[in-house]
Amino acid sequence: MDGLAISGLAALYIFVLAAFTGYEVIARVPVILHTPLMSGSNFVHGVVLVGAMIVLGHAVTPLEQVIGFIAVVLGAANAAGGYVVTERMLGMFKPKSAGNGDQS
Amino acid sequence: MSGLQPFIVPAIQGSYFIAAVLFILGLKAMSSPVTARGGIVWAGVGMLLATLATFLTPGLHNIGLMLVAIAVGTVLAWWSGKTVKMTDMPQMIAIYNGMGGGAAAAIAAVEFARGEALSPLVAGLAALGALIGAVAFSGSCVAYAKLQGLMNKTFRLPAQNAVNAVLSLVTVGLGVAVVLGQPADPTLVVAFFVAALLLGAIVTLPIGGADMPVVISLFNAFTGLAVGLEGFVLGNPALMIAGIVVGAAGTLLTQLMARAMNRPLSNILFVPMGTAGGDDGGVTGSMRALTPLDAAAVMRYAQKVIIVPGYGMAVAHAQHKVWEMAMLLEEAGVEVKFAIHPVAGRMPGHMNVLLAEAGVPYDKIFDLEDINAEFATADVALVIGANDVVNPAARTNKSSPIYGMPILNADYAQNVIVVKRGQGTGYSGIENALFYNDNTRMLYGSAQQVVAEVIANVKTMQA
Repeated sequence: MDGLAISGLAALYIFVLAAFTGYEVIARVPVILHTPLMSGSNFVHGVVLVGAMIVLGHAVTPLEQVIGFIAVVLGAANAAGGYVVTERMLGMFKPKSAGNGDQS
Repeated sequence: MSGLQPFIVPAIQGSYFIAAVLFILGLKAMSSPVTARGGIVWAGVGMLLATLATFLTPGLHNIGLMLVAIAVGTVLAWWSGKTVKMTDMPQMIAIYNGMGGGAAAAIAAVEFARGEALSPLVAGLAALGALIGAVAFSGSCVAYAKLQGLMNKTFRLPAQNAVNAVLSLVTVGLGVAVVLGQPADPTLVVAFFVAALLLGAIVTLPIGGADMPVVISLFNAFTGLAVGLEGFVLGNPALMIAGIVVGAAGTLLTQLMARAMNRPLSNILFVPMGTAGGDDGGVTGSMRALTPLDAAAVMRYAQKVIIVPGYGMAVAHAQHKVWEMAMLLEEAGVEVKFAIHPVAGRMPGHMNVLLAEAGVPYDKIFDLEDINAEFATADVALVIGANDVVNPAARTNKSSPIYGMPILNADYAQNVIVVKRGQGTGYSGIENALFYNDNTRMLYGSAQQVVAEVIANVKTMQA
């Protein structure tokens, strides 16, 4: 629809390779990082914002605009919220007791 | 501008490519404690790049509306993410994830609302993404409400599994009708989305609090997959790659979590805890209490103390006090370690985050596999607000619902001190044989207050 279209076979390649990549990236993760990593991957699928923007950008009727608007709000919230929460959690992983912990 | 026209599409494509690479490298970095903090920044740069590049898309309208929408979503989520307490983190992840699923479903909704006939393949991918995204959205909302305490009862419809099955079939049927009847009948499209949203909520309602982390992780994988599918619909490689990578990673993470709890995913979804049957193996004897003074003395003059924190500690916000006590004991020459069960807290790794927040350095925190052998050489195992994860029935009693779940061998320590609010049972509702052991003493009270009393008593014993 916007000059970025990809052929079916290439799409299939992307699907399979991306699935393997996702599996490999997680395969050897210490339990201690499971929650931050879940949160981090939650942030990454916030890229849905890009899709929402494209859809809203091509919306014509009011109905399309309303749904597109909702999609962008939700996508932006997914990305922003996912980033903040992950960043806060990972901020806790300071090596040694150097800073002695900032009390909340 | 017109002179730059030929470069715009390649520039956008290049940005998406770089973003996809940054996402993968970011996730990879997030899988090691040393590089984790850099990982989220890399992924963040990727996100910023992809978003900015999208504004250059030729023929993009509604820019004003778009900026307002981005501002609204970003400000709300940024503010809520900054202010949420660490203990409430799991439900925040759930709700942000649900929003992503909702966005993916909304993208499909706009495609159908256009009223043009989509090819069967594109319509099929859009509908599948819509179904998965909508389920993730409503399911995550229910998960949020439950963990936030807005909805305490786990309700279970009569014949829940039958209702789930019928609703699933109806939803899929409507989806197939939408795909085959392009351009889609608006009523049919609305019915399809309503059914999918209802399905997510109904499936999640009966799931108990202890299983919620696994479900949140599953919905995270769902959203990833939904985003990936809508990426194929839009022909957008950034969405395709990021979505599918997260879908696969999330699926594996869900399996790891379910395995750590020894609860097959199918059990979590279809057999609620408590109705799974099993007895307590005839636990007999009585629980013996001890005072904070005795507890202080036992630990102060011990060689090695292993602390086993559970969600009860987090609820009581006692992690700062516990670390204060640990530091005091270390000053007195006691070796103190923290033992973390894979599912301690609300999610794998959640307890590590809470302890890190209190300032406990991560080289004092040990996983189950690394520390289990050490309980036999410990003088004291201090169990704070943990229950099922130290229940020896998981090793010995085949009829117990938690039989086979890996547990921390706290019962092998010379002395076991259990800090507990009252005499109730854990999440699974079964008696804990550990509490009745000869070498176990119970320290009743809220973790925060009890630990404070222990600290006061340890201080009076300073040489």
